[in-house]
Amino acid sequence: MKNDFLISVRNLKKYFDAESRLFRRTELFVHAVDGVSFDIEEGSSLGLVGESGCGKTTTGRIIVKLEKPTAGKIFLKRENVTDIDRAKQFAYHKKVQMIFQDPYEALNPRMTIFDIVAEPLNIHGIGDREDREERVAKTLHEVGMSPAEAFLFRYPHELSGGQRQRVAIARALILDPIFVVADEPTSMLDVSVRTGVMELMMELQRSYKMSYLYITHDLAVARYMCDRIAVMYLGKIVEVGDTEEVLANALHPYTQALLSAVAVPDPEVKRAEPRIKGGIGRPVNPPPECRFLQRCPKAVDYCKKNPHPPLVEMSTGHVVACYVTVEKK
Amino acid sequence: MPVLAVKDLKMYYRTKRGYVHAVDGISFDVDQGESLGIVGESGCGKTSISMTILRLLPENAEFRGGQVFFYDSKDPADLVTLSETAMQRYRWKGISMVFQSAMNSLNPVYRVGDQIVEAINRHYPEITNSDARRKVEELFDLVGLDTKRINQYPHQYSGGMKQRAVIAMALACDPKLIIADEPTTALDVIVQDKILREVKRIQSKLNMSMIYISHDVAVIAEVSDRIAVMYAGRFVELADSATVFKRPMHPYTNALMRAFPSIIGEKKRLFTIPGEPPDLLNPPRGCRFAPRCPFAGNFCRQNDPSYEEVEDGHFLACFHPVTRNAYVQEIAGDEK
Repeated sequence: MKNDFLISVRNLKKYFDAESRLFRRTELFVHAVDGVSFDIEEGSSLGLVGESGCGKTTTGRIIVKLEKPTAGKIFLKRENVTDIDRAKQFAYHKKVQMIFQDPYEALNPRMTIFDIVAEPLNIHGIGDREDREERVAKTLHEVGMSPAEAFLFRYPHELSGGQRQRVAIARALILDPIFVVADEPTSMLDVSVRTGVMELMMELQRSYKMSYLYITHDLAVARYMCDRIAVMYLGKIVEVGDTEEVLANALHPYTQALLSAVAVPDPEVKRAEPRIKGGIGRPVNPPPECRFLQRCPKAVDYCKKNPHPPLVEMSTGHVVACYVTVEKK
Repeated sequence: MPVLAVKDLKMYYRTKRGYVHAVDGISFDVDQGESLGIVGESGCGKTSISMTILRLLPENAEFRGGQVFFYDSKDPADLVTLSETAMQRYRWKGISMVFQSAMNSLNPVYRVGDQIVEAINRHYPEITNSDARRKVEELFDLVGLDTKRINQYPHQYSGGMKQRAVIAMALACDPKLIIADEPTTALDVIVQDKILREVKRIQSKLNMSMIYISHDVAVIAEVSDRIAVMYAGRFVELADSATVFKRPMHPYTNALMRAFPSIIGEKKRLFTIPGEPPDLLNPPRGCRFAPRCPFAGNFCRQNDPSYEEVEDGHFLACFHPVTRNAYVQEIAGDEK
């Protein structure tokens, strides 16, 4: 059963100036996102995982058009939406929404919960006051904030972190989007509250048949939230595959190091030390070779003499960008 | 041999709306060479414990009783009774601390090496500057920092390097006990893993004691010999790590351990704990977990469970401990 692709990005790039100089052309660029391509099927979720600074948040921001890509294309249901006019962008935002990491900063402290959740309806001119009240109450109920009347006229500071994140989710969902970019939506929440929000998001995905791009640094959370995982390193996707397949059978040396570095909530498990050298850098005018070259325990001469490896399919749906791994096959 | 014994420690914060019961009758001890993990969610008072032990409390904190015995070479000293001058001798030298935000623990306008030399000079005035410098070089080696970086400023360090520098500083005066409060929370997993391994290695080399404080159940599982689970200002359970993970008796511990996702093993259903942690301004009557507890009855809502040793080395505060039987039933239920 192959679903249609809902969102596809092709060769997405975003370069930021690494220096700011008056009267002189910038020559140094941070290659935050450097040729990223992926597809997300209808109703499924892709986890974009990687360490801080790898470009995962920038990728998400480009897709919801908070950031203009330096190059590359975005397709929504096969329609190229990279450069669309204002009117079309307006319509695009009805279908594509974002949930941010920090529920303490994402909500305007001077607005009531009703105003926050109803704002997208206002902007898009949907319904009259009565309809809006009904829709807000219904959405709040769906995100587990019931009775909704108890929350409608309260302010964000009166709510706990978990409740705020539920409000942020309600705001993202009130326009019935078909695609949601969720940027670390649970990383600021406590363990006992986090599971509830994770379950809520999965439930809403099922009932609304939404797709997610789930951005996270936490592989254990990605395991629960995502059908597929894409691992990012310094602006490049190095491996993509079904979640359980990637966890059980990681191919890229970076994915392997990342997985072996994750702490395990079981005192009896003794992990092997991750095989990786040095620390993560900043991709400022990076050399053309493999981005992972400097830290790779498996690098051979061939890696040093050739450009960053392309993604190659190793088994159905499992792709990797590594010369050494591909060679072995 | 314990190095630290805390008895019925209480510390409240005074606020406009009343008292926040942050540390509300905590008792534990830490043995020589041992690491104790304290795990709990934000706002449960875990950081306040360390601040109370080291007496680094803000203006609005009120010490409400208890004792903190620190076992130096001779007789134990009760830290809470010491004068501020006497207390200063114990900080860094006896007990030192790695704070939550390593990034902010270093002074940005001084070279990292100089800051560590200063700490050494403060406590060992008899050590000459050049000896202190040599010591800093040793410390840099120990924590895995390049000695060329001694004369650099904090902004020239990455997050992981700053954390290593802060650990070097904590080790500078040869403390017997280090309290590490969320030492790797702001770091990426690979760096976190490296630093935790490094600290463990140093700890066993120097036979030091550690108290790790974290919300991260997985990190605590990996570094601790024994684990204390804290909820709403109190310890609800304390035992060796295997017991806390494999057969916890407190319903909160049980739920917390099963709410934490893992990348290994089969994908289990995650536990959800209904509700939210209580407001410590007005902690609920009776057991503080009762409003969220699936086993709680009326008795639990009216009476405070005492914190007692229920089996050898296993402490618990609960009227309705989760029994083995309950695990069997639950597993059977899952399989249906």
